[in-house]
Amino acid sequence: MTGEHRLARGGRVDRARPLRFTFDGHAYEGCQGDTLASALLANGVHLVGRSFKYHRPRGFLAAGAEEPNALCTVARDRARTEPNLRMTQVELYEGLVASSQNSWPARGFDLGAVNDLLSPLLGAGFYYKTFMGPRFVKGTTLWAKLFEPVIRRAAGLGVPPKEADPDHYANRFAHCDVLVVGGGAAGLAAALAAARAGARTILCDEGAEMGGALLCEPDATVDGMPAAAWVAATLAELARRGATLLPRTQGFGYYNHNFVALAQRLTDHLPHVPAGAPRERLWQVRAKRVVLATGAAERPLVFPDNDRPGVMLADAARAYLQRYGVKPGTQALVVTAHDAAYRTALALARAGVKIARIVDTRPRPAGPGLEAARAAGLPVTVGGTVVGTTGSLRVSGAMVAQASGTGATDFETVPCDLLLMSGGFTPAVHLFSQSRGKLRFDAETQRYLPGDPAQAQASVGACAGSWGLAAALDEGSAAGAAAAGSGAGRSHAVTGDHAGEGGGILGALPHGRDPARVKAFVDFQNDVTAKDIKLAVREGFRSIEHVKRYTTTGMATDQGKTSNMNSLAIAAGALGRTLPEVGLTTFRQPYTPVTFGTFAGAARDDLFDPVRRTPIHDLAAAQGARFEDVGQWKRAWYFPEAGEDLHAAVAREVRATRAVAGIFDASTLGKIEVVGPDAAEFLNRLYTNAWTKLAPGRCRYGLMLDEPGFVMDDGVVGRLGPDRFHVTTTTGGAPRVLNHMEDYLQTEFPELKVWLTSVTEQWAVIAVQGPRARDIVAPLVEGIDLSAQAFPHMAIREGRICGVPTRLFRVSFTGELGFEVNVPADYAAAVWQALWERTAALGGTAYGTEAMHVMRAEKGYVIVGQETDGTTTPDDLGLGGMVAMSKPDFVGKRSLARPDLVAPGRKQLVGLAIEGRTVLEEGAQITPTADPPVGTHAIGHVTSAYWSPTAGTPIALALVENGRARTGETVFVPMPGGAIAARVVGPVFHDPEGKRLNG
Amino acid sequence: MTMAARALPPGAGALVSVALVPPATRLSFRGGPDAAEACAAAFGCDLPRRACRAAATEARAALWLGPDEWLLLAPEAETAALVAAIGAGLAAVPHALVDVSHRQVGFAIAGTQAATLLNTGCPLDLDPAAFPVGMCTRTVLAKCDVALWRRGVDLFRLEVNRSFADYVAGYLRVAERGLG
Amino acid sequence: MLLIPCPFCGPRPELEFRNAGHAHVTRNPAVDDPAWAETLFFRDNPKGIMAERWRHVSGCGRFFNVLRDTVSDAILASYKAGEPRPDVPLPGPEGEAPRIGAGDEVAP
Repeated sequence: MTGEHRLARGGRVDRARPLRFTFDGHAYEGCQGDTLASALLANGVHLVGRSFKYHRPRGFLAAGAEEPNALCTVARDRARTEPNLRMTQVELYEGLVASSQNSWPARGFDLGAVNDLLSPLLGAGFYYKTFMGPRFVKGTTLWAKLFEPVIRRAAGLGVPPKEADPDHYANRFAHCDVLVVGGGAAGLAAALAAARAGARTILCDEGAEMGGALLCEPDATVDGMPAAAWVAATLAELARRGATLLPRTQGFGYYNHNFVALAQRLTDHLPHVPAGAPRERLWQVRAKRVVLATGAAERPLVFPDNDRPGVMLADAARAYLQRYGVKPGTQALVVTAHDAAYRTALALARAGVKIARIVDTRPRPAGPGLEAARAAGLPVTVGGTVVGTTGSLRVSGAMVAQASGTGATDFETVPCDLLLMSGGFTPAVHLFSQSRGKLRFDAETQRYLPGDPAQAQASVGACAGSWGLAAALDEGSAAGAAAAGSGAGRSHAVTGDHAGEGGGILGALPHGRDPARVKAFVDFQNDVTAKDIKLAVREGFRSIEHVKRYTTTGMATDQGKTSNMNSLAIAAGALGRTLPEVGLTTFRQPYTPVTFGTFAGAARDDLFDPVRRTPIHDLAAAQGARFEDVGQWKRAWYFPEAGEDLHAAVAREVRATRAVAGIFDASTLGKIEVVGPDAAEFLNRLYTNAWTKLAPGRCRYGLMLDEPGFVMDDGVVGRLGPDRFHVTTTTGGAPRVLNHMEDYLQTEFPELKVWLTSVTEQWAVIAVQGPRARDIVAPLVEGIDLSAQAFPHMAIREGRICGVPTRLFRVSFTGELGFEVNVPADYAAAVWQALWERTAALGGTAYGTEAMHVMRAEKGYVIVGQETDGTTTPDDLGLGGMVAMSKPDFVGKRSLARPDLVAPGRKQLVGLAIEGRTVLEEGAQITPTADPPVGTHAIGHVTSAYWSPTAGTPIALALVENGRARTGETVFVPMPGGAIAARVVGPVFHDPEGKRLNG
Repeated sequence: MTMAARALPPGAGALVSVALVPPATRLSFRGGPDAAEACAAAFGCDLPRRACRAAATEARAALWLGPDEWLLLAPEAETAALVAAIGAGLAAVPHALVDVSHRQVGFAIAGTQAATLLNTGCPLDLDPAAFPVGMCTRTVLAKCDVALWRRGVDLFRLEVNRSFADYVAGYLRVAERGLG
Repeated sequence: MLLIPCPFCGPRPELEFRNAGHAHVTRNPAVDDPAWAETLFFRDNPKGIMAERWRHVSGCGRFFNVLRDTVSDAILASYKAGEPRPDVPLPGPEGEAPRIGAGDEVAP
């Protein structure tokens, strides 16, 4: 027997397949088809956890996704430990290991329950009042040292695993004509109608089994079949018609333009997970039409001590009984404001559960449910209420009073071990609301219902406010057919329906007991009581959004599925306003929690972001290079020899390059080929320089501004022919520059006949720099005269190197004689190897980005993004000479005349000479005096700072107000260890005459 | 060619396989309709005027990638000859022809699960009705820009910039595990 | 995720696009400093229909314009750069897909 409270027959569980599992270390047995919740109830376990704030004993409130109390941790191993799962959705498997949360040392004896005694301190807004707010009770050392740490430790959810998640998570983009969310009666009928009309259909449902409420309708028939058989036949037909059926799949987010996110659980229900199988799959669905059939959730009633284990929603009890074959108690008291609870009471009675009382809070209920209950001899109290419960770890009695004469003493305690409540049903309009559909308040039924859809979408069945199987099926069928563009749906023959049921109440039941001494829970997961909401209103909160945040009602992981309407009603009552006047809080994604892994998918570890490597990467690595990240690129940073650290390696690389030569992988440089008869004119308009007169075969340093007049990129541009330029950009700026160029070409200068092609990855670039550079390159080159006269500084030639095509630049970013060898990328490794062998033979070096930075700083060459910050003009950098103001127009030209850009006192690029050996901090502020008082305006900042192996001193570049006029002055860089004096000098520290370039 | 891309597995069986395509001539051709027409004559394969369509002969293909942009594909050895021929044929017509043979790496993705594998990271509708054989476009695959060309119901060609080839190969390898 | 109708390629997911700010900002360097500052830095932030620029950057690469209702995110039209802003009414409650810019057209 799979639990002493299991019925001998009935339900959808397979008693022939028992499953062993443990909960908090105790061994139990359930059976195939159980959830953890139904299996525990079959074993008589109601106490399954402690509440968030007060550590009150809690049991199962619901049977589905809306469960606020029964959270657990399921552990497969140390890494596969998932906290905060709703036990009502955890499918049982052989060997499942689950534990309760938020209770220590045990569920039955929880030290944290001291919080319940401290509860006068823990009411609405306690976080703000104690941990963050003014001195409320916080001032005492007792509070600070004892209570606060205890509360902080005791309150909270489950503990996430500390190890990396070993599982794989899949992703799928999908498209369909019709997406149906919810596989109950309405959803199945909608999907079937859509699929029959030939529409590409996706149907998802959060449960392990499709069917929704039809799985708990043993007495109903659809189209002459038992309800469950109709479900099976429908699913079979959907599969045959090629519909995508996704059980265990939560539609959790509805976004723009009918884009809906679904989370599919793939392996959590399996006893043995196949190696490498994805655990969950994120479906990103774009649907032409969406049908929402998300059902409705029953509301609890709000009365004192309505949270004891054994207090449960009536419909949940019926699900446990009829779907799982479990008796959730032996003696039940039902308190209801809705007719559906009678159906539950009758079913329980038939199963042998004693119905101690049915208390209907309505003064004049009527209908077949009530009549059937009376006919069955069940005791009914009309116009009654429950003003409290007894028991500790399980409910033992209900305090029943007449609603008209409520008072603390005026009640009768009715013994029961199961207290079922129904406040009516709240349509699950979450996804509709996320789709930006406006909800409308139906005053007659006191419900928010979907109004006009904002997207191509329809809501059907209980989520649209309908009631009963036939209504759900017919609405679903009509919506599915309409979504597929195929006219009307069909109507279904249903017996055993319950169409006429109705009722419901919002807010708290009156009780008349001392409000200071009782707790009537509204939000079970965040332990928010009716009193808390009223307190928030008394303390001045008027907006429902503020009341929500102050009390935290609806802000737990269940997002208030069972509590929001009651808390709204209580707030409305306290504010003296109607519900529509109070308004609704926002329904946010996700509908139920989604694991981080599902969102991350493959984007983790090596695939978190593309790692881009140059064609020379492997060779550089073999030469011992250390790499640095530059955007997505890995760039060789420095090439340490044995025993060298960064500084030693860089000093050696710089000295060797300046003395002999060095080779450097510059492949990441952005490259754009600008081709067309108007190429020169286009560059005239995009760069500050003039290009028309640049002869083919020559290069020019180009400066690019954004429209506000600030430097956005720079690079050498070589002219290959009258209508062809090879433009280089900074490594990081390449996509931005191409986008900027395309923008102006397409939208401002569309008349120009010119086209832009990114060739960043076509050409690998090897810089050969140093006095012996020509000797290294020359023997490998064919067809290019490398002599200084034939191939001067700032020239470009096409020819061959090592037998492959090259675009050879004579350029320098080090201040030395230099070449940049461009070769098609597949050939780069071979060419690097040949150049390296010659370089090494001559005593040269390979150098990395750090040495490159040092050498360019020694020459005062700027790096865009380091010497510039988006507010730097050419003149600020001392590059005013690059600006051809005689051109009629170029991007940024107009702005260079803006008042702020010509105002005196702008920061200008200077060098800083430092005595001593301390390298300044990049970004450090610069002040005119050594010890300025607090609040002193900084006159500039350090942009680059290095130890210069060439100068044998620290060097720095800086932007300083009126910097060029301050040449020779001493300024100060305040640091924690005291201000460092620096002398303002020109920015070029090495070979200011540039003789070495022209060797 | 990058290391990880070289080390691609042969594919997890009949349902889908991922393989590198051999080196090829790739030319980016830019220009107006007259240029496209002249180019087709020199290239020996139509340049489709219809958006997102490819034309192919046995040895050549032209993929529409933008309203004035085509990617021309041809055997590896023909680069110089094609550049010369198209340049000669279009001497009087404004256009841009740029050799990008080494810029990109091509993958062939084949098998009944090919579209499903791509849809793990590509947000386009790859149903044959929406993305028929002969359709091509630039799009995204996970965090990478790609050009995608459907050569058969169960055969796609993916062109990616070479520095992303390792990422794409690694991504497809992981994504294949998620097909089950 | 928006479904953006590219005037050349048809409706495509937002992942393929990059927003490029307001449309129809006229670049006229001949204006005085205050007017130039307006051009550079001042934008309205309409509630309702907004003309904005997008680039199909992971697609055909074209910049184009879109009329989007900033309240509902419904896209009412898409049109090529340089074309005038079409006159369209706000859409009905069904949030129908845009009728302008259905894509799949012949290259110029």
